[in-house]
Amino acid sequence: MSRQMTGAKMVVQALKDHGVDTIFGYPGGAVLPIYDEIFQQNDVKHILVRHEQAAVHMAEGYARSTGKPGCVLVTSGPGATNAVTGLTDALLDSIPLVVFSGQVPTFMIGTDGFQEADTIGITRPCTKHNWLVKDTEKLAETIHQAFHVATTGRPGPVLIDLPKDVQFATGTYTEPKTARVDHYQPRVKASIEQINDLVALIEKAERPIFYTGGGVINSGPGASQLLRELVDATGFPITSTLMGLGAYPASGKNWLGMLGMHGLYEANLAMHGCDLMINLGARFDDRITGRISDFSPDSFKVHVDIDASSINKVITVNLPIVGDVGHVLEDVLKVWKARGRKVNKEGLAKWWKQIAEWQAVNCLAYEQKGKSIKPQYALQRLEALTKGMDRYITTEVGQHQMWAAQFLGFEAPNRWMTSGGLGTMGYGFPASIGVQMAHPDALVINVAGEASWLMNMQEMGTATQFRAPVKQFILNNERLGMVRQWQELLHGERYSHSWSESLPDFVKLAESFGWKGIRCENPDDLDEAIKEMLAYDGPVLFDCLVEKHENCFPMIPSGKPHNEMLLAADAEAFKEGATLV
Amino acid sequence: MAALNIKQGSSSHSAYDLRDFHSEVESSHTLAVIVDNEAGVLARVIGLFSGRGYNIDSLTVAEIDHKGHRSRITIVTRGTMAVIDQIKAQLGRIVPVHEVIDLTIESQPVERELALFKVAGTGDKRIEALRLAEIFRANVVDSTLESFVFEMTGTSEKIDAFAELMRPLGLIDVARTGVAALPRGL
Ligand SMILES: Cc1cc2nc3c(=O)[nH]c(=O)nc-3n(C[C@H](O)[C@H](O)[C@H](O)COP(=O)(O)OP(=O)(O)OC[C@H]3O[C@@H](n4cnc5c(N)ncnc54)[C@H](O)[C@@H]3O)c2cc1C
Ligand SMILES: Cc1ncc(C[n+]2csc(CCOP(=O)(O)OP(=O)(O)O)c2C)c(N)n1
Repeated sequence: MSRQMTGAKMVVQALKDHGVDTIFGYPGGAVLPIYDEIFQQNDVKHILVRHEQAAVHMAEGYARSTGKPGCVLVTSGPGATNAVTGLTDALLDSIPLVVFSGQVPTFMIGTDGFQEADTIGITRPCTKHNWLVKDTEKLAETIHQAFHVATTGRPGPVLIDLPKDVQFATGTYTEPKTARVDHYQPRVKASIEQINDLVALIEKAERPIFYTGGGVINSGPGASQLLRELVDATGFPITSTLMGLGAYPASGKNWLGMLGMHGLYEANLAMHGCDLMINLGARFDDRITGRISDFSPDSFKVHVDIDASSINKVITVNLPIVGDVGHVLEDVLKVWKARGRKVNKEGLAKWWKQIAEWQAVNCLAYEQKGKSIKPQYALQRLEALTKGMDRYITTEVGQHQMWAAQFLGFEAPNRWMTSGGLGTMGYGFPASIGVQMAHPDALVINVAGEASWLMNMQEMGTATQFRAPVKQFILNNERLGMVRQWQELLHGERYSHSWSESLPDFVKLAESFGWKGIRCENPDDLDEAIKEMLAYDGPVLFDCLVEKHENCFPMIPSGKPHNEMLLAADAEAFKEGATLV
Repeated sequence: MAALNIKQGSSSHSAYDLRDFHSEVESSHTLAVIVDNEAGVLARVIGLFSGRGYNIDSLTVAEIDHKGHRSRITIVTRGTMAVIDQIKAQLGRIVPVHEVIDLTIESQPVERELALFKVAGTGDKRIEALRLAEIFRANVVDSTLESFVFEMTGTSEKIDAFAELMRPLGLIDVARTGVAALPRGL
């Protein structure tokens, strides 16, 4: 069925047809026709943000916690340029977003019109694809394709630039099912030969490891389910990147914890020493590989990824498999079972013994002593006091983010939202609002550093206005902690501009926005304070004053191999070495 | 992994086997990229090369199927095998790209460029220029008493060679189309 309507109405109609219930946005001249349509309906809820960057992060939180694409609406010029950081963040973390930007009327494009920016040019490198729609007749088809591209294959952000005259003009609206999407259909199934090869490797490996990533989350909850089945049935150890946490449960018996620069000792050494590495939807990021030439030197490497360009980009692998993790896991399980569920039991037993020795090092050890709260302790208490709750965690970027990854356990996918690839300070707070919008009754906590949190603090008003009871758990060390740590270890303890001066009184700040503010500085008060936060039916700003100079370990200094990881106890010796250079 | 008896760097069934990824040797590859002829598609391709630091030695583009709105972009690029494979994979994930063909791998392609040379001179130099043009099968497409414009089609190497010869004979301008290429045979 096709109908005549204005371009602006088509936007809202298409949102409804794609099942969008929430859009994050900020109005301006070039999108007023669309805002007029939003005003006249109740199916799509619009969340008015306080800055467009935050709108995109909210949409990211919404998307990552639901598996659905997040939607954003911004005006031309500054509205679109403010969205750029969010788009880049979503591109690097493979988050599906559909962003609509207003544009000056088609006849004014190129004239440096009021609030004109070359949005298509600016966002070309930070979107999976983008479109300038110059004809209302093509608008509906373009929007449908945009949803398809954002969510198919390796997900990512897309943008549609909408000149104002195209929004005003009338055209034919076509339904999503009539849209041409045939040519963009990435391959999801692997060949049977590849599956057989992988199964043969699984049967024989002596020191195998699963190295899983964000691709398992992207693939959907079914993939996590299949992963759990395969891991538990084979008895292989499993580690995950920052982006893949929750795909395999932290309480699972084969879980080694996160790997990488701040990953666990046992996970990194197992990666270094394995003979079979099965990478499922991870991209050999440099936070993982350390020095490339020394990366897991003796292993046979299998890489399953839906994006052929992720394969052999950084690390040359032995068995590349282009396909969707879920589809590949399903086939592997089928074939492996049919061939008799074989594994190398003897080899595995030895391997686990070795791993147990590494685990015994207890690399996350810290001491909660004295009057100040250790950030690790704060997170351990948060973990203990929220166990079993319907909990979603977002983070900002820095030490607190790494401690959250180390000390909080994720039992299910889509429960952990963090900015991994771009490492965008200011991501976590708006993301937490986006998550809360998608899950109104859930407990949503943003684990933050005070410096990151300030980067999008204007969104307090958004949380108040839309009654988002988000909990902002700030580990306040009055430092740009991660920067300070690098300066301590690698720049001769010259702390150039890495402290947070002139901080607000967070409790008063909270109150001024109608939030609850809690300050806690004594370890003995911590549990009560956390419980108070959890019990409060509204947004809470929790200012947790923590030890100012705590470093995050383990740490693999950039360019070092996995087996040269620093533990807390090595730090002093390393520092002396580093300052000599 | 001794038990597995699979050679490092190869897999019996992958599209990536047989080639030496660890090779540091750079080679030139001619890629044909079939794209939807939509606004900005060339910018996407060029942006990919500049953004990721790949080389472009030559690039040509034109619509080849007006009804289907398809264009063919021919790119000559250089890199190690690993880089060339990355370039192909990166091109392949651009949404309006339909197909990426590595002509250099698939065959020794027929490669041609068209070039125009303006050569100014009188007397012996002028005669010598004309004589060489004949040898190279270049056509005179414009002439005045003091100048010629030669037109020549050939491989890039042939065009380079002709340009070198014309330089001392008064070459003042060159325009080249870049390489167009097709695989040989069927
Ligand atoms: C301060 C800081 C420190 C960090 N330290 C660490 C650290 O110690 N350890 C760590 O792990 N990370 C760390 N990171 C994060 C790191 O930068 C990367 O973001 C992260 O490692 C990448 O995760 P990933 O490999 O799972 O890939 P992602 O970015 O999640 O990419 C997913 C991959 O899966 C593929 N894919 C997508 N969908 C599918 C599908 N359906 N089927 C198959 N494949 C699919 C994609 O093509 C892509 O290749 C840190 C980040 C910051 C900011
Ligand atoms: C937008 C942005 N600017 C700069 C950085 C570099 N950076 C990474 S971590 C960090 C410090 C973060 O401090 P804070 O939020 O207080 O967290 P902490 O490390 O103290 O836990 C900085 C400046 C970044 N990641 N993002």
